[in-house]
Amino acid sequence: MLKIDNLHASVDGKDILKGLTLTVKAGEVHAIMGPNGSGKSTLGHVLAGRPGYTVTAGTVEFLGQDLFALETEERARLGLFLAFQYPVEIPGVSNMEFMKAAVDAVREQRGEPALDAVSFMKLARQTSALVDLDPAFLKRGVNEGFSGGEKKRNELMQMMLLEPRLAILDETDSGLDIDALQVVAKGVNSMRSPERGFVLVTHYQRLLEFIEPDHVHVLADGRIARSGDKSLALELEARGYSWLEDEVA
Amino acid sequence: MNEFMEQALDSAAASAPVWLQDWQVDGRGRWERSVIPTRKTENWKYTGLQSLRQAFAAPAIAELGLSGAGVDVPELGDGYRLVFANGHHRPELSAGELPAGVSLVRFADASPAQAKRICSYLGTAVGRDAQLFTALNDAALAEGVFLEVAEDARVEQPLQLVWLTGNQAEAFTVNQRLLVLCGARSQATVIEHFAGTHSEQRTFTNGVTELLLESGASLEHYRLHLEQGAALHIGSVHARLAEHATINSFHLALGSELKRIDLVVDHAGPGAHCEVNGVYLPRGNEHIDYHTCIEHRVPHCTSNEVFRGIIADEATAVFNGRIHIHPDAQKTRAQLSNKNLLTSNQAQINTKPELEIYADDVQCAHGATVAQLDELALHYLRTRGVSVADARTMLSFGFINEVIDTVRNQPLREFLQKLLSERFARDGLAARRVKGEARP
Repeated sequence: MLKIDNLHASVDGKDILKGLTLTVKAGEVHAIMGPNGSGKSTLGHVLAGRPGYTVTAGTVEFLGQDLFALETEERARLGLFLAFQYPVEIPGVSNMEFMKAAVDAVREQRGEPALDAVSFMKLARQTSALVDLDPAFLKRGVNEGFSGGEKKRNELMQMMLLEPRLAILDETDSGLDIDALQVVAKGVNSMRSPERGFVLVTHYQRLLEFIEPDHVHVLADGRIARSGDKSLALELEARGYSWLEDEVA
Repeated sequence: MNEFMEQALDSAAASAPVWLQDWQVDGRGRWERSVIPTRKTENWKYTGLQSLRQAFAAPAIAELGLSGAGVDVPELGDGYRLVFANGHHRPELSAGELPAGVSLVRFADASPAQAKRICSYLGTAVGRDAQLFTALNDAALAEGVFLEVAEDARVEQPLQLVWLTGNQAEAFTVNQRLLVLCGARSQATVIEHFAGTHSEQRTFTNGVTELLLESGASLEHYRLHLEQGAALHIGSVHARLAEHATINSFHLALGSELKRIDLVVDHAGPGAHCEVNGVYLPRGNEHIDYHTCIEHRVPHCTSNEVFRGIIADEATAVFNGRIHIHPDAQKTRAQLSNKNLLTSNQAQINTKPELEIYADDVQCAHGATVAQLDELALHYLRTRGVSVADARTMLSFGFINEVIDTVRNQPLREFLQKLLSERFARDGLAARRVKGEARP
């Protein structure tokens, strides 16, 4: 479903990704770990098409299409979802209105009729309960004044409403207490299916105690330094990242 | 040299009640002696008056319906509504009963006793030599509204005053005047609403509104400029607050060829407070100019002012926000914020906060910003599948929605949210069509 081949990307003229290759098949959960500055977040931003992130070489295929030929919103409508590490606050735009517009756009792409306002509100309330977010947050501005944990729950809620084919979670676990972490894990696990892939970008092994990955990759200096199964995560937990960085260098 | 108003002024002189004749003569004298400002006049530096250089006729009595094209007046439950069409009172379009504690007199109908009472308040908030367009308003004064809220009256129902313009063969002028007297400790809501039915009709409205708040009075004031595209409007609002009086004044201007609104809030008694919020939305070739002036003459007063504008296409806007803290006005707290969003490379805003502070124990904060839509917010919306055009629409509306949210009157707030979200959605749809993104 996602085929990244020899991806190079730079930010502000600085090379961050230096030949990253990764294939994610439907139904798989991949964890990408790595030290700070290894390019973990850059990968998510490049795939989502964030301004300022320049692809200098390599290709990415998503569901058989050239990802870089698509606009950001076209990628999303096709089923690519990025949960932001730092979700953006947008005062004045209500969370509910935002999510309705997003769900409408995605449903239209799938040839499904738009939900009427009442049905959508019902769905949004049910979903907010699943991620343990007070429905009052639906009426607030998008992420406006939300705590770190509330923002992450809001991202998760969007993922559940949009039902993407591939979800990339960029350090969704960072800054969360154990209860919130379990809410995230429960949300992801409930959405695991043979048609859907996940990429969990994380700094710590802790999240993987709750979401069992099929593959674990370590990113160092802009490329995958090592791949393995979940035991690799445990090894990293025990030994840290420096031995791998030394190997790459 | 100000002969462009001659016909209208002669007509006003012929129709004025006797007690206003001296008023008119005095006003006309000041008007004819005055010089039309040019770009060299500091107060008019960014607003040209070329469009006034044509003859304006007196308005004819027009057959207008409220449901007529382009006019959308909010239904405010059990409130009272008074409607003028082309400056003429239209009882058949007016609705509701005047609530207890409120009296309303039209200048044209005033009894000698009422006329005497009006004369003792009229012009007291303006200052007679203030400005040439208030002189013009005096010169053409044949009709106006005196609204009085009795001492201690708590009036829940909103009082809505609607000034409509229709069409007639030639360009015409409307002289609008409102005098509101809020008795001590009274509470009331007043809505001024300007609209036109024919977008191509050239009209020139010259308005003066005076709001006099006596001790402890509280007024919610709304002024909605929803006139047609060819409208010219030069208007001023003068509020004077006695001790512990509070005014909450909300302003909205959709664009037209020329709109210039001067707002002056005079804190004349200690402990007075004003909240002023406004939104302006010019597009096309429209021009909107807000000049606000918050006067702090006495100690222990507070003021908080927030204006936001979205300037699109080749439109231009001016915001001049003055705060004047006099030497005696110790312990004043005054805040002013003006944020602008430019949605095209040709759009223009001239914003200037102007602080004059002569007291030393005050807190005063001000800020003005000019920006374009936030790139990151735009990107975030797009990562969820929202199109660029829709994302722009949502962000633009969101930018002013924060100010619309301050509207306390719920039916009015909902009316404005609907009006503006539809307007932004329409613009968004137009943008999509241009880019070939329109949905079938």
